[in-house]
Amino acid sequence: MPSYEPWSAARAETIIAAGKDAPGALLPLLHDLQHVFGCIPDAAVPMLAAALNLSRAEIHGVVSFYHDFRSHPPGRHILKLCRAEACQAVGGEAVARHALARLGIDWHGTTPDGAMTVEPVYCLGLCACGPSAMLDEAPLARLDAARVDALVETVR
Amino acid sequence: MKFFLPRDMAAVALGADAVAAALTAEAARRGLAVELVRTGSRGMFWLEPMLEVATQAGRVAYGPLTVADVPGVLDAVATGAAHARALGPVDDIAWLARQTRLTFARCGIVDPLSAEDYAAHGGGRGLDRALALGPAATVAEVTASGLRGRGGAGFPTGIKWKTVADAADAQKYIVANADEGDSGTYADRMLMEGDPFCLIEGMAIAGIAVGATQGYIYSRSEYPFANATMRAAIAAARRAAMLGPDVRGSGIAFELELRVGAGAYVCGEETALLESLEGKRGQVRAKPPLPAHQGLFGRPTVINNVVSLASVPFIMAEGAAVYRDYGMGRSRGTMPIQLAGNLKHAGLFETAFGVTLGELVEDIGGGTMSGRPVRAVQVGGPLGAYFPPSLFDTPFDYEAFAARDGLIGHGGVVVFDDTVDMRHQARFALEFCAAESCGKCTPCRLGAVRGVEVIDRIAAGENRGGNLVLLRDLCETMKFGSLCALGGFTPYPVLSALNHFPDDFQAPALPAAAE
Repeated sequence: MPSYEPWSAARAETIIAAGKDAPGALLPLLHDLQHVFGCIPDAAVPMLAAALNLSRAEIHGVVSFYHDFRSHPPGRHILKLCRAEACQAVGGEAVARHALARLGIDWHGTTPDGAMTVEPVYCLGLCACGPSAMLDEAPLARLDAARVDALVETVR
Repeated sequence: MKFFLPRDMAAVALGADAVAAALTAEAARRGLAVELVRTGSRGMFWLEPMLEVATQAGRVAYGPLTVADVPGVLDAVATGAAHARALGPVDDIAWLARQTRLTFARCGIVDPLSAEDYAAHGGGRGLDRALALGPAATVAEVTASGLRGRGGAGFPTGIKWKTVADAADAQKYIVANADEGDSGTYADRMLMEGDPFCLIEGMAIAGIAVGATQGYIYSRSEYPFANATMRAAIAAARRAAMLGPDVRGSGIAFELELRVGAGAYVCGEETALLESLEGKRGQVRAKPPLPAHQGLFGRPTVINNVVSLASVPFIMAEGAAVYRDYGMGRSRGTMPIQLAGNLKHAGLFETAFGVTLGELVEDIGGGTMSGRPVRAVQVGGPLGAYFPPSLFDTPFDYEAFAARDGLIGHGGVVVFDDTVDMRHQARFALEFCAAESCGKCTPCRLGAVRGVEVIDRIAAGENRGGNLVLLRDLCETMKFGSLCALGGFTPYPVLSALNHFPDDFQAPALPAAAE
């Protein structure tokens, strides 16, 4: 289970200072920040802009372009369900509908108890054994409704 | 006793880590001295987790295993008794034996992070020969091999290298496009997890050939296993002098760094990838200038797919002619074809170009896993055409697929049975394009959104004839007006669905498609 740190400007400053001099530093820095805080906090944007000599608009433009970067921390667990064609061919859409209905949320939503966030993913490269998913760091293959139910129980 | 069990992400998804833990625990309980090597996958995913045991007659395999099978397998190994999951000698498994594994020769066999294992299985010989031949002869060798871009565009790799080699600039770059976003493809992932030194060697050879001292691998956040293995392999390669300031004692420097994308499909397009590497939005650049002239940070850049670069060590070690002698027409060498979706025997099948789509689906793939008839096969990822069984005689070849309004792309083959709704698949292609469009050009940014709306009107029975004409017209605009392959190729799945499965566009919407 991932655990995130609460926002700390000093911590962010350390992360940014460590990586800002690499060529094309912004994407690696955003990954580092999200790894620590679970999202890209608004307060980090002006700090990145100052460190990289870019405008805040440019930083925001990059953060909002990429699907991975979140504006709010996720739930305690993240379930990424594959929605791409190879998983569709083996019933992935029905499994995803079941998971969302079971959790009572939509894509990108977090359950009210904060246990789980569900995100779509377009291909995990597990296309020979779909429907596939990732629960936090663990890859999952050949999902069906019963296994989704079991997963939901284990994280609650 | 020496065992081999994959650490490949798909094998782990199928339970390999649990089997590994059970094996170690059971061996300890029995007081057996066991060495367990975690390899890449052989690519037979219906047999994963597949355990291999070293014997005097070579490796023998057991699979697919569950934790409960482990004690019985250890008994069978100790006594030579039969076991329900025994697959016999690995080299005799027909599905593997009929392949031509040149690029994936070591994947599933070696310890991916052992430089000694890599060298013992022929690794490094290509790099040594490139250093001995020198840059110009290395470029000539790659050109003579007939190798073309395995990302899908099919551009001759040697010509790309020559352009960069001829460019006069103090700083040049090698970029490996590992942003393998196409559904149904996993060759890059398997190679990076199972034989990462092969990619590193290919990139070092490219660096020497064109005079580039810095390389980047641009991978995906969806591939955490590959990224971890690749990072560890880069460090190990530096220790083994395959990378660093003095590659193999040649005095030539080549450094390598892994960068990870952030979930944007369009960054698999080479110019969007370069923008992303520079820390920007992954927006497509207009060409010219070509990346070979002005690529990463405006410098001459070789940007090749992972499989293209990983094919180079074999070509350099064995010679261009050996590679070129495989294949058909202008498609030379082998292709790691990735069988996916609703198939009994889905997995990675490396073979010479020329195998037909029907052989791949019915014979090698074993038909559908569901047991229902095959209805459509999408080749080449989300931008590839859907082929019906009537086109199963199409040989796997860049030109043959193009002649039938399709593409081989990165070699993904996704099989659907007769429950598929092709209007729904066409809608998905446009919906995906709308979500992933970088926004730079209008045909893609707006066309995809309008395409979804038009298909919804067709589904609702609103002026079907007129809207079908409009949909085709829109596809023409996207195909010829878009800046890159995302907008330009999204019409392939849409038009192939319209052409080969017209009835699906006349039916009322299914409840499943109406989300």
